[in-house]
Amino acid sequence: MLRGDVQPTPFFVTGDPMILASDVLIALTLVGIVAALTYFKKWKWLWREWLTTVDHKKIGIMYLIAALLMMFRGGVDAELMRTQLALPNGRLLQPEHYDQIFTTHGTVMILFMAMPFIFAMMNIAVPLQIGARDVAFPYLNAISFWMFFFGAMLLNLSFVIGGSPDAGWVSYPPLSETPFSPGPGENFYLLALQTSGIGSIATGINFLVTIFKMRAPGMTLMRMPLFVWSIIGTSVLIIFAFPALTVALALILFDRLMGAHFFTILQGGVPMMYINLFWIWGHPEVYIVILPAFGIFSEVVSTFSKKRTFGYSSMVASIMAISVISYLVWAHHFFTMGAGPGVNAFFAIASMCVGIPTGVKVFNWLFTMYQGRIRLTTAMMWAIGFIPNFAIGGATGIMLAAAPADYQYHNSYFLIAHFHQVLIGGVVYGMLAGMYYWWPKMFGFILDDRLGKAAFWLFNIGFYVCFLPQYQLGFMGMTRRIYTYPAGMGWTTLNLISTIGAYIMGIGFVFIVLDVLYSAWRGERDVTGDPWDARTLEWSLPSPAPHYNFAKIPVITARDAWWVAKQENHGKLNEPDEPIAPIHMPKNSGVPFLFALAFFVGGFGLVWEWYWLAALGLAGVLLCLVTRSWDYNTDYYVPVEEIEHTEMALRRSPT
Amino acid sequence: MTAGILLLGTSGCNAQVMLFDPGGPVSRLESHLMIWTFVLTAVIVIPVIGLLWYIVRRFRDVPGNDAPYKPDWSESTSLEVVWWAIPIVIVGILSVVTAKDTFALTRPPEKLSTKPVTIQVTSLNWKWLFQYPGQKVATVNYCYIPTNQAVQFVLTSDAPMNSFWVPRLGGQEYTMPGMAMRLWLQADKPDVYFGSGANFTGHGFAHMRFHVVAVPRAQFDNWVKQVKSSSPPLTELGLTELRKPGLTGQLTYSSYPPNSFTKMIMKDGGMYMAHDRGILDTTTF
Repeated sequence: MLRGDVQPTPFFVTGDPMILASDVLIALTLVGIVAALTYFKKWKWLWREWLTTVDHKKIGIMYLIAALLMMFRGGVDAELMRTQLALPNGRLLQPEHYDQIFTTHGTVMILFMAMPFIFAMMNIAVPLQIGARDVAFPYLNAISFWMFFFGAMLLNLSFVIGGSPDAGWVSYPPLSETPFSPGPGENFYLLALQTSGIGSIATGINFLVTIFKMRAPGMTLMRMPLFVWSIIGTSVLIIFAFPALTVALALILFDRLMGAHFFTILQGGVPMMYINLFWIWGHPEVYIVILPAFGIFSEVVSTFSKKRTFGYSSMVASIMAISVISYLVWAHHFFTMGAGPGVNAFFAIASMCVGIPTGVKVFNWLFTMYQGRIRLTTAMMWAIGFIPNFAIGGATGIMLAAAPADYQYHNSYFLIAHFHQVLIGGVVYGMLAGMYYWWPKMFGFILDDRLGKAAFWLFNIGFYVCFLPQYQLGFMGMTRRIYTYPAGMGWTTLNLISTIGAYIMGIGFVFIVLDVLYSAWRGERDVTGDPWDARTLEWSLPSPAPHYNFAKIPVITARDAWWVAKQENHGKLNEPDEPIAPIHMPKNSGVPFLFALAFFVGGFGLVWEWYWLAALGLAGVLLCLVTRSWDYNTDYYVPVEEIEHTEMALRRSPT
Repeated sequence: MTAGILLLGTSGCNAQVMLFDPGGPVSRLESHLMIWTFVLTAVIVIPVIGLLWYIVRRFRDVPGNDAPYKPDWSESTSLEVVWWAIPIVIVGILSVVTAKDTFALTRPPEKLSTKPVTIQVTSLNWKWLFQYPGQKVATVNYCYIPTNQAVQFVLTSDAPMNSFWVPRLGGQEYTMPGMAMRLWLQADKPDVYFGSGANFTGHGFAHMRFHVVAVPRAQFDNWVKQVKSSSPPLTELGLTELRKPGLTGQLTYSSYPPNSFTKMIMKDGGMYMAHDRGILDTTTF
């Protein structure tokens, strides 16, 4: 097993009994879905309402479903790893399998869970919060979603076909080059990330343009909700950071498929260059996913404290400062790779500087609550739970940023505990807060509070039980990515505790799923459109909002426009004193789905180096581009009668 | 929670908590920096958690709560100056300490009175090869060093990049193909120090552990003599065998093919990196 012989790659992965069982389960699930759609005659509905939609609200919901499914997938990976490490000399997983699992865990959680989760929140909230009827480029938005979706499918397919990548989610060469990672697994990783990366870049552009060009009249930049500000930061970061990843992945792909030598050991390849490129994307990526969480906390904390956000200007300045500093810190991921002391000192200090605006934000959240009236809803629980998490995670981040200390922490479990504390305690808590907060706006019913709080407490307690011991394991010299460890190192008890914590978190996740199912069945319906007595524009609309969002675009005169309208104008926004006009909207289109499907087919061809299939995929991509370019029938007007009818049905006066 | 970390972090008298049980000046300096950063960040973390606790208890939206409620109070320049200033001061202090230590660690931990022992370390799939250019002996998966003097490790890899880490002696440094990088370590007392590869290199990575055996200088010289008289030589063929992926136990060799370390670096791309050759010259001690 450790002799390094290259085994011929079977097309279907069947060797491991666990994978075999998953194969069977996946096949059964697929059959079940197809059967159900056919039996209930839902195929047409699926195509017309979802697969071809360009409505930002529906795209947001699809992102959300995908993110939760991927959280399950990545979570199962995590539980398997923790089970393997619960005791020394674990026998559950072979090293091959363990290596694949930690690789897909990281890749799935960052790129196919955190990213779609922030995109879900952006799509659902941003156009509604700025008083727009959709994003700037709704068709492109659909392309973004389907590129993400098929990228995610490509990676997940590797689990049952060809074998998963196993060089870590960072995929450092030379390990990820053909001599050390033969077989299609690594190709799956490269092409899956490329495919979804195209979608991410498009989303960044789309939302930046949306926010700058589509705001309601009177919605100046400094009247925008802080969530919208955070999406400006995130979009700018995406636009500048993702191309670096695209280049890095493309160069490895050249090495692997065409015998180039960008990052190989021999022929003058420079593996270090990949590591620079990867982290020039990779570090801003962390802020790409955390900034929207910051935005959500600002919305949730202000709403559930019934108080204006404290220090709004400082909050905006902090978001922008974090966006800029995040480009100056990438080398802190490799202090231990031989950079000179000047370089290391610069990046150490720059990294510590991130703590300044972040610290300011924490104080401002605290003082938003101070002298407010705090309602402990589930969304607010996630926001409050975030603060100690982020305070500790931020502190350990500063400890890691001190370069000479990092020589000791690097690649140890201390690092693992740190980044899980900020990514789970920050990003996941933020996204779950946002999910509970905007759920009624998406679906028209409120998620049950008791089940939600049970989920929060299980997850939050499980988190500390799981990850605090890992800080200590780092102090005790345990390194990451080892599939097993010997007894007698003193690591056993802490690993066992950590595994128990991971199980508790798993139960917490089950409670979230139960909450969704139960609330869909018996949950309180949101008939007011404003169940939280909230402050921003989206809550002035019925839940769920009509497909054109606003019958009349309101004129904004203040920050927290909806709150002000409720306080000063009996809950009526300032609307132009004109009759309703027909609304210009984009038409649905099946092209984005087919376009991304063509990328998937082409990508699958490249994975196996079947160039005829890759060419076929490329032809499909070009065909979609041509079709769309000569399609002039892409938009329509919603007639006034339909708008009036809809508004009446939603019990809103149409005048 | 913070108290929990404090407890976990400082219960380091137990020998198993390697990072807080320094065995030499390098790891001692690093552990001091760890404690500094911990204390200075705790200065913010603990009040923040305390404040959160107080605010959430005091300002709940429950009937009869007589705490002040000011829904429109959202600006205070003086308060904001305070919490921009606190992190700036703390980061400022930490920056100075960090920069000072970063520069210090590039030099030998103490002034060199004699020529330091140099050990050329190569990470292979999945084993560690140690070559002693001064003594002309080689070992696999363990090495001997003399106590109380700086030892110069020169690191490279002839496989995917790994990281050379002996926690109780000092922080790690990567081993990278085609490059030679220097790491100074020093042991105060005779002991067997745990070391491991810290950067993932494939299926056998978890087993890439090694020992660093520190002994007084006289005993070290004896060990060299004994190795020279009793161990087999490492031949070109033996080196080729070692480079094949797989695991081995601890091995000892009385000699190795001359310049094999430099040749390996040159073959793996070192020929394109002229600036690294300086380190290789110093290894001819």
